[in-house]
Amino acid sequence: MPREVMEGSQAVARVVANCDVKVIAAYPITPQTHIVQELAKMHADSVIDCEYINVEAEFSAISAILGATAAGARSFTATCSQGLALMHEVVFAAAGMRIPLVMVIANRALSAPINIWNDHQDSMAERDSGWIQLYCENVQEVVDSVVQAYKIAEHKDVLLPVMVCMDGFYLTHVYEPVEIPSKEKVVKFLGKFSYPYKLDPKKPVTMGPLAFPADYARLRKQLAEAVWNSKEIVRKVHDDYAKRFGRSYGDGFLEVYGDGSKAIVAMGSMCGTIKHMIDKDELEDVSLIRVRTFRPFPKDEIRDVLKDKDTVIVMEKNISLGNAGAVYLEVKDALYDEKRKPKIVNFIVGLGGVDVNRPTIKYVVEKAEKVKSGFVEIVDGNEISASY
Amino acid sequence: MSKTKQQKDLPGGIITDIGSTARNKTGSWRTFKPVVNLEKCAGCGICEKFCPEGCITIQKVEGYDKPKCAINYDYCKGCLICMEECPFKAINSVVEEK
Repeated sequence: MPREVMEGSQAVARVVANCDVKVIAAYPITPQTHIVQELAKMHADSVIDCEYINVEAEFSAISAILGATAAGARSFTATCSQGLALMHEVVFAAAGMRIPLVMVIANRALSAPINIWNDHQDSMAERDSGWIQLYCENVQEVVDSVVQAYKIAEHKDVLLPVMVCMDGFYLTHVYEPVEIPSKEKVVKFLGKFSYPYKLDPKKPVTMGPLAFPADYARLRKQLAEAVWNSKEIVRKVHDDYAKRFGRSYGDGFLEVYGDGSKAIVAMGSMCGTIKHMIDKDELEDVSLIRVRTFRPFPKDEIRDVLKDKDTVIVMEKNISLGNAGAVYLEVKDALYDEKRKPKIVNFIVGLGGVDVNRPTIKYVVEKAEKVKSGFVEIVDGNEISASY
Repeated sequence: MSKTKQQKDLPGGIITDIGSTARNKTGSWRTFKPVVNLEKCAGCGICEKFCPEGCITIQKVEGYDKPKCAINYDYCKGCLICMEECPFKAINSVVEEK
């Protein structure tokens, strides 16, 4: 299959069309709009044979695809930021009801102040919902992850919704050479979607029933175990995909780049810039650990790659207000039981679309040398222009 | 949720053994009981349309030629919407003694 140059959003739409989806319900929001616009166009042109439901808001979009999936139709939606915040209630319900949805998030900052640019605060706000979250570095990875997401979600031992997170603008609006796997190959890989307990008037079931405290706690435990156990399937699907389509992303959870004793832990598109700087020897003794699967969190894997490092620099585009970055807190937790603990520092970068460019990364690595373990800084961009 | 015949939890607590709402007589939740004065009831059916639980039917009642309001007390939760809506003030409430 040849590679074609296309916009990231168009690539997502084309791969979704190849996943044999039967229902799409979405509401446009910058920077996700081009994805659903392209899908609506494909639907209008009869390129894709599905129901396209025009909804009045994101709450309805996710509710519609939850119902469609429960009735046994593979479905799709995409959103970000305020749209995802509006979905919040149903996001939790979908995981609790074990509905295997796939949703692409075009990561964007949350209000206020209103901002349309990229950071990870929107999807991070949903990290405790029970969804599997994959964070992608480039458009090709988004394309591959969407296919993998359906395979993971629909696995009979998983039955969990999956968020595929792509950086707004950096990935949604970029033009890159991409290979779209053919419909024939994708359908063969995914198989036919059959939800084991689907809504069917001939064989009625009750979904999302009222649960008294003891029942609720037992079912939450069941959900927690399902998310933990999905790790094995995430890895297996990633490996199967690599075998069939020839592309892999580290071990499916983490991608290790370089072997420097100072490890940068990061997610998403900024990893491309960091890799480039490592390649060009612009950073001394630095390696990159890219977290691809944030939920379920690859705790053992991250401990194994980080325990022998001297410094761990967590760079992330989100902040848990009142504490530090979410990734930093979890990485620190993973290393707590080690006897020899590396120095670990946290830099919150790229909030609301502040450019995470080479001077920023250089600044972060140099500052990390000078500060103590536990240091947290929000880099707002002004320091960079002042010092470089 | 009903634990009656459910052997093992299915994902998300899906219940395949349906019908628990029919088995659970929710009328036991009632504090006020609507009582129909059949003399005043014209059998207009407004209460039947407004009842949120579908507990009212207009049917043949013994001793009267015209069909009248009949309330299913197994499931009536005593919201008294029927009493509020009755144009003939034919429905009164009494406190349920338990």
